[in-house]
Amino acid sequence: MALLEVDDLHVSFQTPDGVVEAVRGLSFEVDDGQTLAIVGESGSGKSVATQTITGLTRGATVSGRARFKGTDLLHCSTEQLRQIRGAGIGMIFQDPLSSLHPYYRVGWQIVEMIRAHDRTVTKAQARRRAVELLGLVGIPAPENRVDDYPHQFSGGMRQRVMIAMAMALNPALLIADEPTTALDVTVQEQVLSVMGRLQEEFGTAIVLITHDLGIVAELSDEVVVMYAGTAMERASRRTIFYEHHHPYTEGLLGSLPRTGGTRERLTPIPGLPPSLIGLPDACPFAPRCGYAWSRCHEQAPPLSPVYSDPHHLSACWLPGQRDERAQARRRTQTGSGVRAA
Amino acid sequence: MTTGVQPGEPMLRLQEVRKHFPVRSAHLLERTTEQVHAVDGVSLTVSRGETLGLVGETGCGKSTLARCIAGLVGLTSGQIWFEGRRIDSLSTRQMRPLRRDIQVVFQDPYGSLNPRRRVGSIIGDPFAVHGLVSGTARRRAVQDLMEMVGLNPEHYNRFPAEFSGGQRQRIGVARALALHPKLVICDEPVSALDVSIQAQIINLLLDLQSELGLTYVFISHDLSVVRHVSDRIAVMYLGRIAEVAPSDELFDRTRHPYTRALLSALPAPDPDLADSRSRIVLSGDVPSPVHPPSGCRFHPRCPKATRECTEVEPDLAPVLDDGAEHLAACLHPLEVGEDLTRARPSVHPAGRTVTTEVPT
Ligand SMILES: Nc1ncnc2c1ncn2[C@@H]1O[C@H](COP(=O)(O)OP(=O)(O)OP(=O)(O)O)[C@@H](O)[C@H]1O
Ligand SMILES: Nc1ncnc2c1ncn2[C@@H]1O[C@H](COP(=O)(O)OP(=O)(O)OP(=O)(O)O)[C@@H](O)[C@H]1O
Ligand code: SF4
Ligand code: SF4
Ligand SMILES: [Mg+2]
Ligand SMILES: [Mg+2]
Repeated sequence: MALLEVDDLHVSFQTPDGVVEAVRGLSFEVDDGQTLAIVGESGSGKSVATQTITGLTRGATVSGRARFKGTDLLHCSTEQLRQIRGAGIGMIFQDPLSSLHPYYRVGWQIVEMIRAHDRTVTKAQARRRAVELLGLVGIPAPENRVDDYPHQFSGGMRQRVMIAMAMALNPALLIADEPTTALDVTVQEQVLSVMGRLQEEFGTAIVLITHDLGIVAELSDEVVVMYAGTAMERASRRTIFYEHHHPYTEGLLGSLPRTGGTRERLTPIPGLPPSLIGLPDACPFAPRCGYAWSRCHEQAPPLSPVYSDPHHLSACWLPGQRDERAQARRRTQTGSGVRAA
Repeated sequence: MTTGVQPGEPMLRLQEVRKHFPVRSAHLLERTTEQVHAVDGVSLTVSRGETLGLVGETGCGKSTLARCIAGLVGLTSGQIWFEGRRIDSLSTRQMRPLRRDIQVVFQDPYGSLNPRRRVGSIIGDPFAVHGLVSGTARRRAVQDLMEMVGLNPEHYNRFPAEFSGGQRQRIGVARALALHPKLVICDEPVSALDVSIQAQIINLLLDLQSELGLTYVFISHDLSVVRHVSDRIAVMYLGRIAEVAPSDELFDRTRHPYTRALLSALPAPDPDLADSRSRIVLSGDVPSPVHPPSGCRFHPRCPKATRECTEVEPDLAPVLDDGAEHLAACLHPLEVGEDLTRARPSVHPAGRTVTTEVPT
């Protein structure tokens, strides 16, 4: 049994304009010690899906299952969920400001979080742990900064404070929503290596939501590519980069800047993302897809094995002639270090 | 457009700009306050129509520098000139017309949008503040902007919370571009966006630049994006400029060891390259901007550091055979092709040195 099994998750919001279907039938699993990367369109439901799993979405209609160590997180008590959050599942949010309380000192917030889960820890112990954690994520002079307020930290440092909080209780699963967006590469490397060390030492599983395909290429085991609230493709890291099947995955990889092509126009996917209200039963990518034909507009393709490979799933009607497609793609991509090595 | 700019005078010139923030002392019994040296002596120029990329470690002062240029915080010392006019000591009222010319796209798409206001009125703010177009014309202008940055114009009446992180960043871009400013400071404008929308926004910024002759200061930690958009790149470290050069030159003839470390840590979106990359992992703490290291600020983490580096603060100037457009603040600059992964410092400040990681 996987550590986390999400099955047919649906999340929708009632808005004045209609029902926004933010997540539409998302399924994935994460094993102990594994890193699952979730990539995809801005607004495709990555944050909503992971926040719903941890019980943090308000005012939404939710269905499906999300089993963590056998407990269905969508149908358990608030108290159970509170216990699992923090100790079982650590979370790093995309938005560090809103998850750090602006009026309380950073150290105090970490201390409270540790003590909320274990009252036997003394304040002094928790504070020592807070300083240690801040040091671990590379905050300089942590014993001085522990009493600062969130606004006194730079964007990247706030993000590291969040990471320190998420790791405070050594969780079995770490959900990291854009953990390194605000960080430059050298610090990013440190932060990711801190997460990597945690993973090695404690077998922590990581769900990593990111737009940085460089990070995905570097440290994911599996990748889920999301579009319009659902998974378009799911496969191992190498398959996603070299033998992807789905046209949306192709479009994402094709949007990256190439080495040396300074000041050239880039190649984004044409068109706009779809409205999530009243989506028709059709491939959600069809209006922007260069391969689309009539069938794509009539019926949504299910996420199904490409070329009968159970580890490579794609939601696309195109045939899975993997070898031909993959070869063609490898050709267009060679030398594409894409970014400087 | 008809300000009396001297030919050859850059659009923006910073001279020894410093911004320090007071912080509480670490010692509970002492009541003294100490200073965070967020920006600590930055001199830079930006020419009309060019894009200057600004990269550097988190906390090195990039956003603070952006706020100084936009007049959102006062300087501790130094001077800022915009179109030949000194702007660092203007009153709020004198600053007002400049607010139109200099716009910022903020780093934090959450903190910078008022959650209780509708997106249409947030984007329309600049029109309201400057008493421009109103009523249905304003609505149309705002919806045009929304479409331009890839937002659905029908979402005019929604609140920021109803948008994803990336969508909110686009709101910030739309707002900054509303009044066709001359200088746009983009503080991490695309790092929250998916790569396809990143590409759209970058294309948009490039198009607007060639159409309107915009000048950009482009802050990002993503060097591949910075390289793509910038004519020149400035690398900042702990409040100062470590190196500045035309983009390709910076990549091909890197002089400063910190720049080299940044470039080597760049993850490539390609598993083969990622697996075979040899990177320079800077260990050691990021030094505190409250007590910057003596001499060269990078010395505690530099693979080439010598005793001299701990004592002498290097000037930002051309090194070796470089021309006037390539400046580096380093006493032992890298030769082209020099292998930094084998360098070892000849001083070991408190045991903090550099480890290099060679792929297995
Ligand atoms: N409270 C809400 N009410 C209505 N719609 C919402 C609400 N919260 C989120 N949404 C919508 O749900 C969709 C998914 O949002 P989500 O934040 O999960 O996107 P995301 O994939 O995390 O994007 P990003 O990469 O930009 O962070 C978006 O279209 C968003 O507008
Ligand atoms: N209002 C403030 N009070 C005290 N210190 C501050 C304040 N604003 C910024 N600082 C400090 O100044 C330094 C520079 O911060 P700044 O936000 O400019 O960094 P940055 O380069 O933009 O970083 P990032 O890449 O993380 O956004 C940091 O050490 C930060 O903690
Ligand atoms: S199902 Fe059709 S429209 Fe959708 S991605 Fe595949 S080819 Fe394109
Ligand atoms: S001056 Fe010395 S310490 Fe500083 S970057 Fe150059 S070699 Fe390294
Ligand atoms: Mg998100
Ligand atoms: Mg910043």
